Amino acid sequence: MKLLVCVSKTPDTTTKISFTENDTNFNTQGVQFIMNPYDEWYALVRALELKEKLGSGTVTIINVGPADNDTVIRKGLAIGADDAVRIDANPTSSHFVAKQIAEYAKAQSYDIVFLGKETIDYNGAEVGSVMAEMLDAPFISFATHLEVNGNTATINREVEGGTEVLEVDTPFLISAAKGMAEQRIPNMRGIMMAKRKPLNVVPAVDSSDLVSVTKYELPSGKTDCKYVDPENMEELVSLLHNEAKVI
Amino acid sequence: MAVLVYASNAEGKLKKSAFEAVTYGKKAASILGCDVHAIVLGAADDAGKLGEFGASKVFQLNDANLSNFDSQTHANVVAQVADKIGATLVVCAHDSFGKSLVGRLAVRLNAGTVSGANSLPSMDNGFSVTKNVFSGKAVATYHVSSEKRVVSVMGNTFPPEAVGSAVQPESIDVTIPANRVRVKEVKTVKGTVPLPEAELVVSAGRGVKDPGNWGIIQELADTLAATTACSRPVADMGWRPHHEHVGQTGVAIRPNLYIAIGISGAIQHLAGVNQSKTIVVINKDPEAPFFKAADYGIVGDLFDVVPKLTAAIKKHQSS
Ligand SMILES: Cc1cc2nc3c(=O)[nH]c(=O)nc-3n(C[C@H](O)[C@H](O)[C@H](O)COP(=O)(O)OP(=O)(O)OC[C@H]3O[C@@H](n4cnc5c(N)ncnc54)[C@H](O)[C@@H]3O)c2cc1C
Ligand SMILES: Nc1ncnc2c1ncn2[C@@H]1O[C@H](COP(=O)(O)O)[C@@H](O)[C@H]1O
Repeated sequence: MKLLVCVSKTPDTTTKISFTENDTNFNTQGVQFIMNPYDEWYALVRALELKEKLGSGTVTIINVGPADNDTVIRKGLAIGADDAVRIDANPTSSHFVAKQIAEYAKAQSYDIVFLGKETIDYNGAEVGSVMAEMLDAPFISFATHLEVNGNTATINREVEGGTEVLEVDTPFLISAAKGMAEQRIPNMRGIMMAKRKPLNVVPAVDSSDLVSVTKYELPSGKTDCKYVDPENMEELVSLLHNEAKVI
Repeated sequence: MAVLVYASNAEGKLKKSAFEAVTYGKKAASILGCDVHAIVLGAADDAGKLGEFGASKVFQLNDANLSNFDSQTHANVVAQVADKIGATLVVCAHDSFGKSLVGRLAVRLNAGTVSGANSLPSMDNGFSVTKNVFSGKAVATYHVSSEKRVVSVMGNTFPPEAVGSAVQPESIDVTIPANRVRVKEVKTVKGTVPLPEAELVVSAGRGVKDPGNWGIIQELADTLAATTACSRPVADMGWRPHHEHVGQTGVAIRPNLYIAIGISGAIQHLAGVNQSKTIVVINKDPEAPFFKAADYGIVGDLFDVVPKLTAAIKKHQSS
């Protein structure tokens, strides 16, 4: 099977967020970047497990981004991907990213394209659905379980209040949520091997954006916490009822 | 010109998020100066009720290929309806269905999209809406330059508002493609409000020490008719099911009330709950970072505080 895993680079969750240019740009100065956890822990690892189980096939990782992203891509190779592709462009929107990967994937006929459930910076969960439409392929989002038997996959997908169990034939796209796999930490051998694995840089195709961020704001800070005496839970109940009006 | 709302349904009924989406659609339609219509795909015996929340027409299509959700089929049909009625804005809920539709609709309609919007459109400078980014650590204003737009609306942000009366659902002429995704089974967790839709959430962390101690947490939740949640380690250790794990890598929620018990308040946990309207923190460590995000704090031992809180709520309920 030919498997493609879309990986993105996001600021580490613990990063302090700030903006420049009159609050129109995210300030990347001093920000620690990581591979998006859903892409790394769940999508990539599940793809590797499938290949290992089948005993054949390839796992390629793909990223749309500038040359700085190579460190994140090499980490994916160290975890076990066979090769990598970087589409050399600044990812300006989910539409832009989807278009780049879709154009590349069209020519390669992958059996399964894996994505993460969402990126933890813009929290769009959009790329997969845009790309699926461009590729005219089924897309199963928020998958927590995937088994493949021949050309048919059985997938569990999270929905509000439950789980859907569904079946789909390859080729398809899938976005991975918690439950799909367990995080793998790259070992020394993997890190050494990653240095020699191919990382192909390809130019971007034209794409126009219909959406742009015009302003960022930090949410207004919480007012101070009101402390309630642990011996006086009646007071808390009264505050929740009369002041917060939530019960 | 019109606004089209995709109303999510499950098990023969509209979902709560459908009423939120149509309320948003109605308000957006008054800003744009047009009508709002709704589309329901598959069974929902309460589809006409969308009229009460502002939909002047409700289209409903029943077909074997629509009875289960396949984002490809649904997007195809919704796009046809949007074209027919000349929709310049398509609205859906930012739920497990809506999230997989927006991108597809964007491609079909050549529309700009904003997923997870938390404001009504502003027309001051073209079309813009805001949404939370960086896991709730910032708010971004998105400008959409295309003539058509697709917006998914964050849950529990626009409470349903009744403004009119029910309408009779009608059919509309579209071609329905064959499903490619075959839904075999839907396993539902019975009895409780699903976490993403819950207005009241009682959540506990490693402070409960042992899964055998969950009883006091459950009793508080049951007393409030709240849904239970937990921190990541609690789910990872198998004390609670994975779907209850909230935070960065779990579910993101925004209930009216979030009671955090024995949870330290790590940033990855806060990322999934910091949009809650009111946060109560119960922790024995006065330095626990969660207190910085709390509206009400109780410094104390949860084994002592939680039963007292449950008792106080019962007393309040019976008075
Ligand atoms: C990339 C990444 C993603 C992550 N994603 C998530 C996520 O989605 N969700 C998540 O929750 N975590 C996540 N984590 C883990 C997170 O960093 C914390 O480790 C975790 O949230 C801690 O869980 P906890 O608060 O239950 O446990 P602890 O940090 O151990 O805190 C237990 C708390 O209970 C209090 N306590 C103990 N006994 C009592 C008592 N008797 N009465 C009252 N209080 C008591 C203690 O004072 C302490 O504050 C993630 C971590 C990483 C690196
Ligand atoms: N720049 C990128 N390069 C490659 N894949 C990406 C990129 N951005 C997003 N993705 C993929 O799309 C998924 C969903 O992202 P998003 O729609 O931004 O929430 C991510 O989990 C990745 O798998």
